[in-house]
Amino acid sequence: MGDTLKIVVLVKHVPDAQFDRHIGPEQRLERSESILSELDEYALEAALQLSEARGGDKAGNQVIALTMGTPDAANALKKALQIGASSGVHVTDDALAGSDAWATSLALAAAIRAIGDVDLVITGMASTDGETSLVPAQLAERLSLPQLTFASSLDVDGRTAVIRRDGDASSDTVEAELPAVVSVTDQINEPRYPNFKGILAAKKKKIATFGIADLGLEPGQVGAAGSLTSVEQADPRPPRTAGTIITDEGDAGLKLVDFLAAQKLI
Amino acid sequence: MTASTVLVYLDVVPAEGPHKTQLELVAAGRILGPVAVAVANEPSETAVAQLAEHGAEAVYTPGSADLSDFLVAPKAAWLAAVVATAQPAAVVVDNSFEGKEIAARLGVRLSAGVVTDVVALEADGTAHKSVLAGSYEVRARATSQIAVLAVKGHAAEGAPAPAPGAASVHAVEVPGDAFANAARITARAERPKTGRPELTEASIIVAGGRGTDGDFTPIEELADALGAAVGASRAATDAGWIGHDFQVGQTGKTVSPQLYISAGISGAIQQKAGMQTSKVIVAVNSDPESPVFEIADFGVVGDLFKVLPQATEEIKRRRG
Ligand SMILES: Cc1cc2nc3c(=O)[nH]c(=O)nc-3n(C[C@H](O)[C@H](O)[C@H](O)COP(=O)(O)OP(=O)(O)OC[C@H]3O[C@@H](n4cnc5c(N)ncnc54)[C@H](O)[C@@H]3O)c2cc1C
Ligand SMILES: Nc1ncnc2c1ncn2[C@@H]1O[C@H](COP(=O)(O)O)[C@@H](O)[C@H]1O
Repeated sequence: MGDTLKIVVLVKHVPDAQFDRHIGPEQRLERSESILSELDEYALEAALQLSEARGGDKAGNQVIALTMGTPDAANALKKALQIGASSGVHVTDDALAGSDAWATSLALAAAIRAIGDVDLVITGMASTDGETSLVPAQLAERLSLPQLTFASSLDVDGRTAVIRRDGDASSDTVEAELPAVVSVTDQINEPRYPNFKGILAAKKKKIATFGIADLGLEPGQVGAAGSLTSVEQADPRPPRTAGTIITDEGDAGLKLVDFLAAQKLI
Repeated sequence: MTASTVLVYLDVVPAEGPHKTQLELVAAGRILGPVAVAVANEPSETAVAQLAEHGAEAVYTPGSADLSDFLVAPKAAWLAAVVATAQPAAVVVDNSFEGKEIAARLGVRLSAGVVTDVVALEADGTAHKSVLAGSYEVRARATSQIAVLAVKGHAAEGAPAPAPGAASVHAVEVPGDAFANAARITARAERPKTGRPELTEASIIVAGGRGTDGDFTPIEELADALGAAVGASRAATDAGWIGHDFQVGQTGKTVSPQLYISAGISGAIQQKAGMQTSKVIVAVNSDPESPVFEIADFGVVGDLFKVLPQATEEIKRRRG
C-alpha cells in the first residue's frame, strides 16, 4: 500500500441552520435549503491536508466524499469535489428515509465496505441536524476498526494515526494503527473555500450512486422501518422574546441586581 | 433480577463515593425501574454502600481489569457483557462525549436503539429532549427490546431510595476480544481544577466573549459573587483567553442553567445553540443591535467593564 492514503470523508447534507428549521409530518425534518454540514468541512479539510502532504491525487492518494441522503444530497458531494475531494459516492434510496443512527451507520458501513481498501474514515463531530455524535462510533463498531474520535489534532505517521482528544478532565493523546475511523472537532483546522480552479476541476470528477440493493441491504433494514428509535412528538419551543432592555446611565449594574433579586435568583 | 431492571453505567467512581452527577444518573434510572449499576473501576466499600442507599440492588465491576488505557471500545464491550448477565430492559449512561460513544457501540452490540441528550424520562421509557439547537422539544423512545439512553445532568435529583437494601457485588469478566482494534491512550494531561462549579452542573453561568478583550476578571469576579460557573464564546476560546472546555455553544457545552449572564458576546446562532434553553438570560453588550438582546429577559446596553463590577459590588453589599 506504500505511503499513499485512501480516505473516505463523510459529508452530510443538512438543512442550513442560518434559516428556521422545521419538523414536518411524521416527525421528519424538512430538508429544504440544505448544505454540506458545516462541521463536516473540518473532516474534509483534515483529509485533504493528509493527502496533500503525501503528494495528493497525483501520487495516488484518494479523498472520497461519501454521503447518504436524498437525491439533492448530491449537492453536498459536488461542494466537496469543488473544495478538493477526488471523487464522490452517493447512497440514495427511497427506503432510507427516516433512518436513525442505527440504520444510517448500517448503510454507511456497507458503502465503506463496497468502496474497499480504505485506510481512514474521517467524519465530523456531529451532524448539525441529528446532533447525536453516534454515527462515528457505530461505524467503528460495525467495521471492527479502531475509533479515534473528537480529534482536535490528527497526524498519520506510516501506519499509525495519533490524535489529541480534549475532554473535561484531561487532554489525551490517543493512537491506533490504520485502518481507523476518526471524527474531528472544529478545533482541528481552518476549512478552505472552493476556488475557481477547484470549481472547474470538479466538473470532471465522478460521483458513483448506490441504492440499498447495491449494498446488499433490504428495505426493512433501513429507513424508518429499520430504525430502532422513534420520535413520537415534536413541538416547536415557543421562541424566546426580548424582555426589558435598558441603556446604562451609570447605574445599570444596580438595576441588574434588582432584576436578579426580583427573579429570586440571588 | 426482574425483567424490568435498569442498568446504570458509571465511569470511574471515586473511593470516597459517587459524584453528585453520578447519583443523579442512578436516580434517573430509578424512574424506569429497579436499578443495577455497572462501575467501570473496582468500587470501594463506601462507594458500594452509597450506591445501595441510592437504590442500587446490584453492582457490577470489571474486577481488577483496567479499562482506562483505551478509548471507549473496551468499556462498551464490557458493558455488553454485563447486560448479558444482568438482562436489563434499559441501559442508562451519562451524556458526555464518552458516554454517548459507549451508548453508540453498545447499541450496535445489542441491536438496541439509542436516544441521546435526554433531559427527562418517564416510567414507560419515553425520553424528552431538545433538538435543532433547542428550537424543538421532542418525545422519543427506543423501539428495540433494550433501550440505551444517554441522559444529561439534572434529569433527576439524586436522593436516597425509600427502602434501600444492600447491593450485591458481581465481577463480570472483560471479554477476551474487548481490546482488539481498540485505540490506546498513550498520554494524558490532567486539566487544572478551577474550584468553580462545572459548566454543565452549574445553576448560574457567567459567560464572556470577544468583548472582554482577553480580560476575564469582571466575568470571574461576578461568577464568584454568585457562586457561578464561568463560560465563554468560541471567539474567546479561539483567542486562547480561556480553555476550550469553557466554550458554550454548538461545538462546546449545551447548558440550561437557572440563570445565564452573557457579557461581551454578540449571540451568534452557534452560541445560542448552547444556551437558549436557559431559564433566565441576562445580556450585557455595548451594541444595542446585538442579536443576543432578542433572547435576553434582561438586557443592558453598556460597557461590561463598568456594569459587571458594579453588579458584583452590589451583590456583595446586599449579602453584607
Ligand atoms: C462550525 C462553527 C461552530 C461554532 N461553535 C461555536 C460555539 O460552540 N460557541 C460559540 O460561542 N461560537 C461558536 N461559533 C462561532 C460563532 O459563529 C461566533 O463567531 C462567536 O460566537 C462570536 O463570539 P463573540 O460573541 O464573543 O464575538 P463577537 O461576535 O465579535 O461579539 C463580541 C461582542 O462584544 C460586544 N462588546 C465589545 N466590547 C464590549 C464591552 N466593553 N462591553 C460589552 N460588550 C462589548 C460587541 O458589541 C459584540 O456584540 C462557531 C462557528 C462555527 C463556524
Ligand atoms: N447521512 C449521512 N451521510 C454522510 N455522513 C453522515 C451521515 N450521517 C452522519 N454522518 C457523519 O457522521 C457524523 C456524526 O453524525 P451524527 O452521529 O448524526 O451526529 C457527521 O458529522 C457526518 O460526518
